[in-house]
Amino acid sequence: MLKIAKYIILDIVRSKVLLAYTLLLLAISLTIFMSDADVTKGLVSITTVILIIVPLVSIVYATTYYFNAAEFTEMLVSQPISRRAILLGKFIGISSSILLAFIIGVCIPVALFAFSLTGITLMVSGCLLTLSFISLAFLTSTITRDKAKGIGLALMLWFYFSIIFDGLVLLFLTLFADYPLEKVMIVLTALNPIDLARILILLQLDISALMGYTGALYQQFFGSGIGIVFSLLMQLVWTLVPLLFALKIFKKKDL
Amino acid sequence: MEKIIAVDGLKKSFGRLEVLKNVSCDFARGGVVSILGPNASGKTTLIKSILGMVIPDSGNILFKGNSILNTFDYKKHIGYMPQIGHYPDNMKIGQLFKMVMDIREQDAVDTDLLKAYQLESMYQKTMRTLSGGTLQKVSAALAFMFDPDVLILDEPSAGLDPLAAEALKEKILEEKSKGKLVLVTSHILSEADEISDQILYLFEGQIKFYKTLADLKQETGEQKLSRALTKILSTPSC
Repeated sequence: MLKIAKYIILDIVRSKVLLAYTLLLLAISLTIFMSDADVTKGLVSITTVILIIVPLVSIVYATTYYFNAAEFTEMLVSQPISRRAILLGKFIGISSSILLAFIIGVCIPVALFAFSLTGITLMVSGCLLTLSFISLAFLTSTITRDKAKGIGLALMLWFYFSIIFDGLVLLFLTLFADYPLEKVMIVLTALNPIDLARILILLQLDISALMGYTGALYQQFFGSGIGIVFSLLMQLVWTLVPLLFALKIFKKKDL
Repeated sequence: MEKIIAVDGLKKSFGRLEVLKNVSCDFARGGVVSILGPNASGKTTLIKSILGMVIPDSGNILFKGNSILNTFDYKKHIGYMPQIGHYPDNMKIGQLFKMVMDIREQDAVDTDLLKAYQLESMYQKTMRTLSGGTLQKVSAALAFMFDPDVLILDEPSAGLDPLAAEALKEKILEEKSKGKLVLVTSHILSEADEISDQILYLFEGQIKFYKTLADLKQETGEQKLSRALTKILSTPSC
């Protein structure tokens, strides 16, 4: 398992796409921190950018890599090694490479310029967000056989979690505006890894006061120790569950 | 002779398409078996089932007497050369060989083909830059490298230059004389004629016949496999 991970990391690190991703993240973080003296504002800006770019790159890159290496996976399956080890090895390999890019591109600048509780939350949720979207990428890659379909599904998932989901939540809120929905909102938030990351980071900042009554409830729940643990756990669930499904499918998949 | 692979009642469909319909056959040590058949007759699916790459719907495959379903250790004894080899783009040939050694936890015992194909001088080339033929050479060298008991070659000479194909043929015969089982799928009958001991003919997912080459020629009274096949397939009794 770790052997396969090692070879995949060696393969990805040499590719230019990952380097470009690292440089892009680095450029974004550095420009934001350099251009604005207010560190908190900088963190908010970075959060906004990261919540769009990180899931997109993670899911698309992991899916593309998975499909490009499909025949290589075939070769690995013909070797004396279990399918579980192959898939988990791939996951560890791909995710640690993309995490490395995130750590260099975002975590290090944040640690240098804005080391605070908010900064740490940003780093941790960003890493978890990366992991959960790579995990989703594995699910889409194992479900589909066709590269175009796989990448299409990956993009749809990203689109759903980034944009459609919020639209649906808004629709839901308007339709049921007469009912107390605060607790339901917390559950709904847990259904989207991007929202989880967003709320976790924003609540570390003071701007949650602007979010009205629901914001106050969010602050009460997600701002508390239990809430933080809950949302971190939910992000872990978003990493583990798709991966487990992918593993289950991959074990029975014809190559 | 000792059976090394036994296929028993193998069935597999992809969606509505039945690719293998109840295939049963045994393969013994020390022989070259050519698996022939038209396109989409189930040759590759049969091979991939033996390798555990395709999971059969029903039926069983025994390797040295043990079922291979849900196991992977037996693949230590198999060398597989795929139809088209694909390896990580950024990896160099030398690194690829090292990686497979590392994964199999076996040392490269047999480097004959490496030498015959002069792959050692190309160790620094990355996989992306290789031509289709060179990739085939790499796949062939990998299949034979660990001195496995069973060799499974899927369309081995497709894309190889004549000299390389000849070297591969000689290697196959040499391994056979060492008592190994070699399974080959091919469309080139003259080649199958030269190397094989037995012919397994698949047609629409069923075994049409499984005979020794000598028997086949004797029955039809032909000297060449291609003619014998034409004759046996055109007779309605089969």
